[in-house]
Amino acid sequence: MADNVYDAIVIGSGISGGWAAKELTQKGLKTIMLERGRNVEHVKDYPAATKHPWEFPHRGGRTQQMIEDYPVLSRDYPLNEKNLDFWVNEKESPYVEVKRFDWYRGYHVGGRSLMWGRQSYRFSDLDFEANLKDGHGTDWPIRYKDIAPWYSYAEKWAGISGNRDGLDVLPDGDFLPPMQMNVVEKDLAARIKEHYKGKRHFIMGRVANLTVPHEGRVNCQYQNQCWLGCNFGAYFSTQSSTLPAAVATGNLTLRPFSIVTRILYDKDTKKAKGVEILDAETNQTYEYFAKIVFVCASAFNSTWVLMNSATDVWEGGLGSSSGELGHNAMDHHFRCGARGRVEGYEDKYYYGRRANGLYIPRFRNVGDDKRDYVRGFGYQGSASRGRWSGEVAEMSIGGEWKDAMCEPGDWSVGFTAFGETLPYHENRIFLDKEVKDKWGLPVLAMDMEIKENEHKMRKDMMDDCAEMLEVAGVKDVATYDNGYGFGQGIHEMGTARMGRDPKTSVLNVNNQVWDAPNVFVTDGACMTSAACVNPSLTYMALTARAVNFATQELKKGNL
Amino acid sequence: MNRREALARVAWIMGGAVVGANLFLEGCTRTATKNVESLFDPETVDFLGDVADTILPPTSSPGAKEAGVGAFIPVMVRDCYTKKEQDTFINGLNKIEEAANEKFSKKFQELNKTERTELLNSIDKEAKEYQKSKDEKDPNHYFNLFKQLTLLGFFTSELGATKALRYVQVPGKYDGDYPYKKGDKAWAT
Repeated sequence: MADNVYDAIVIGSGISGGWAAKELTQKGLKTIMLERGRNVEHVKDYPAATKHPWEFPHRGGRTQQMIEDYPVLSRDYPLNEKNLDFWVNEKESPYVEVKRFDWYRGYHVGGRSLMWGRQSYRFSDLDFEANLKDGHGTDWPIRYKDIAPWYSYAEKWAGISGNRDGLDVLPDGDFLPPMQMNVVEKDLAARIKEHYKGKRHFIMGRVANLTVPHEGRVNCQYQNQCWLGCNFGAYFSTQSSTLPAAVATGNLTLRPFSIVTRILYDKDTKKAKGVEILDAETNQTYEYFAKIVFVCASAFNSTWVLMNSATDVWEGGLGSSSGELGHNAMDHHFRCGARGRVEGYEDKYYYGRRANGLYIPRFRNVGDDKRDYVRGFGYQGSASRGRWSGEVAEMSIGGEWKDAMCEPGDWSVGFTAFGETLPYHENRIFLDKEVKDKWGLPVLAMDMEIKENEHKMRKDMMDDCAEMLEVAGVKDVATYDNGYGFGQGIHEMGTARMGRDPKTSVLNVNNQVWDAPNVFVTDGACMTSAACVNPSLTYMALTARAVNFATQELKKGNL
Repeated sequence: MNRREALARVAWIMGGAVVGANLFLEGCTRTATKNVESLFDPETVDFLGDVADTILPPTSSPGAKEAGVGAFIPVMVRDCYTKKEQDTFINGLNKIEEAANEKFSKKFQELNKTERTELLNSIDKEAKEYQKSKDEKDPNHYFNLFKQLTLLGFFTSELGATKALRYVQVPGKYDGDYPYKKGDKAWAT
């Protein structure tokens, strides 16, 4: 076999790309995984993971230079001194904001699997049927039963800890033991359960952190600094989980600094024959050939690759014949909710830093509940006991003040809502050929916004939270809305949606591009609707499912 | 601390090479602070440490000066502050000296502990009133900035985190029902 010929090509090495590589190589396919950024080696390349807070010159904060260099990242919490190297260089890789769009990217091996929030939830049929029922977007070509076994498959390998709560809106999975609620959270959850008679629930977050040793990995050590990289491999990332499995097969070639510029489309066979890459270090162009291509470059960059491919056949790129490529962009809108103070529990505290919180599954527009908007939202939050702030009028310097600040203060609790964004056709990305990145490649332009449905929902996202906290006996409850910029949820979805009809969707039921059946898109780009739960587990399941299908088709000689 | 002791101390910090020693001997305990780089002068670091130590003095745990806050502040002001905040902060340091001179006819570092506390309490009161009445776009009071940096620097320092607070780098487990009794320290992170 020539050194540029493989059985399979995987574009991208994040959560979806890592899964594709693992599944393909374990099924015996010689696979090359192409990653546009640098390599990040497990443990060795997590320099911040073992540092103490005082070893960072700005104690983790941001400098004026960082703010200048990272104008997008600086809009929210991701800009920090500790894991700055895990975030994209914005000067090298610009994009155009027709409307404000916050794009938090990680261009390196592992992608955002290194920094992700790790909350892992299944979609339910409430989600898969939503588009069909309320007429927004197009119908998902799958239902829960189609993906359920693949959720199990993904959970069993990745290691998702969680409680089996038996809720229809949030199906249970194959979980490792759940993390523990603290004493305050347990009491609040009990009061919610009693008051809402089983219609609303505070449950333990389901998270891709191991609570027991799993598949050769060490369980969580409760440092709560996952996004620095974990030397214990205790949370799911490409590096801790899928990459070593793929490497162990002997079938994987990993090529960092490989920017895929286009998929090579063969007009005669109507299939892809490989990809062209630009070496990000040398600017040399190379071609790689394979029977199948998995596009897992992160939602909008996967679509960027399609838009740049087969443009001699379709001006808008591979998959554009539907008129939907680049459209129906989604995220989760959030940054609003409520918080308050919990009285008592002065004799209670906790030990360890839990990298997880509580979850409140969706209850709006479920069953008999009907609102003046469609879809719904869930919440993430926790109860904690902070240090006393020192904010009092009468005492503000000196030893007594200092000593008081060395003790914990009151317990408090707060939740942030994550709301579903509808798949609006007009929310779109497109190529801006006037603006070029460091490598002379056209960049994406972002043109999307949340609309009336989301704005109406945001009111409930605050008010419902306040109501529940008050019901649970929380004092000084206050709502907040810190404003939301599209993309800030870091849950970009859509732009190459799955569907039932090549006229209205880019991908079919098995994530194949309708116009090139040996090209599979299985990351966030494929999403037909967003639901309100964190989406990464669904990418894992869809990827494993698509690889299984692809290898069966290969055996049958259909690809 | 008299002037000669102060000089000796600076000399020790500098490993013997006394920068600005002449100024020192001529009766100025600290050169007027004018720009960001001057915050790194050893005598200014010492001054910053003494102000921080008045805000967070040694108690059953070490004070801000011993925890290295005097050296932490210049790094933050240089790297993390805007030009406007830098100016506010640096002018503020000179205002502390002016206030010391006005109230006690002495340099800040010539004041005893009680006088220092009294002085900073009155500045703190002024800062609080200013913060309350100021427009959102107005700059923060310099002492407000100073206190923020002191608290941040102290509680994230090694001594602050491990002696004033409790710090366990790798907890290894989570216990959500952990006993607490009054006086127990808070977790550092």
